[in-house]
Amino acid sequence: MSTQVPEEQEQTEPDEQAAETAVQQRETPGDRRRAERDAERQERQAAAGAPAEPDEDAVLLKVFRYDPEVEGKMEPRFDDFYVPRKKGMTVLDALIYARDHFDTTLTFRHSCRQAVCGSDALFINGRQRLGCQTQISDLDDPVRVEPLPHQDVVKDLVVDMEHFYDQMHAVEPFFQPEEESGGDLEEYRQTRENREKIKMSTRCIWCGACMSSCNIAAGDNQYLGPAAINKAYRFAMDKREGENMKEHRLNVMDQEHGVWRCQTQFSCTNVCPKDIPLTEHIQELKREAVKQNLKFW
Amino acid sequence: MSQSYNRGLIEDFGRWKEFTAGMWAWILHKFTGWVLIGYLFTHIAVLSTATTGATAYTDTIQGLESLLVVRVMEVGLLAVAVFHILNGVRLLFVDLGLGLEQQDKSFYASLVVTGVIVLASVPTFLEGAF
Repeated sequence: MSTQVPEEQEQTEPDEQAAETAVQQRETPGDRRRAERDAERQERQAAAGAPAEPDEDAVLLKVFRYDPEVEGKMEPRFDDFYVPRKKGMTVLDALIYARDHFDTTLTFRHSCRQAVCGSDALFINGRQRLGCQTQISDLDDPVRVEPLPHQDVVKDLVVDMEHFYDQMHAVEPFFQPEEESGGDLEEYRQTRENREKIKMSTRCIWCGACMSSCNIAAGDNQYLGPAAINKAYRFAMDKREGENMKEHRLNVMDQEHGVWRCQTQFSCTNVCPKDIPLTEHIQELKREAVKQNLKFW
Repeated sequence: MSQSYNRGLIEDFGRWKEFTAGMWAWILHKFTGWVLIGYLFTHIAVLSTATTGATAYTDTIQGLESLLVVRVMEVGLLAVAVFHILNGVRLLFVDLGLGLEQQDKSFYASLVVTGVIVLASVPTFLEGAF
């Protein structure tokens, strides 16, 4: 409110007293900017503090906020949001409510809302979880929502996933059959047993929760990480690709920064939202790699 | 990504309360491993300087065993060694891909067994120490 008054004055004054306004303008720009910033901050605080008198059944969200482009938001902080509790409400629902009703600048990734797209992996109450898959009722109050650890924060809950994607692409995550499919079939047929074997590994949604939970991946940027190794497992174990391709894939895995970096902390297996037995797959690739190297015949 | 925020180490050991069984097993395995390496070198250093004769050896051992600190630390050494062995067996099974679903239970089991063995050894180690 206070910012609007001087603006109107300035618009009317130039016609009447040019000299006086020049002096005034020399004084005002800094003041005005400062006043605008204060007002903005007050508005923001009002917006954040508006729901400060919580309803009877409200859930308290503590959300990590950080914005490198806005002065006053560069210092990371936690904002409180009181969101009315609804039956079946997920953390993502609560975040959407907070964004739509309290603070439109709250930034987070989400798309399908049904644990398929893998965009809303967040650090919720000290654990990597999918926001859309986590029921508020399963969590202790207050619900603390942070961006994924061990990844650089771009803004609020959005992290830079580039490194994760680089590691995923490094293992050639696509089907590479050696020969054309047999007969006149266009499809590549797979046995039921083989399909069962790779079933769990195909469920990966590239959310990055495992990579974020991995203590080793945090300290070693070259480490492929659980998700990428799981991807390699999915194709190495796929019999349709043929023996030579499997050998090539194992050679990629059988590296210091490949499977051998895994120290079986089981962090990834614990947090995977799709329940992929990541450690089991990594361990199996380790054994396959050893078997490939140890040939006495 | 110059405009991004690195939260640093706060998200590692500052969050120790949130660590899971597998993580604790890893930390304890590393810790006990380093303790055992430290002990090994001390062991070699002390005993290799006491090989000049039978009396020198006996004096060294008796001198060490007369110290209360050494007696107590022997119990600690046993605890460290037993845990490292048991967790090593657990890791062997993990490497073989056996019982990965029960990895947390096997960690707790190795802790409990370590505790039992250490308690049982206290009378032997500390007999007449106090």
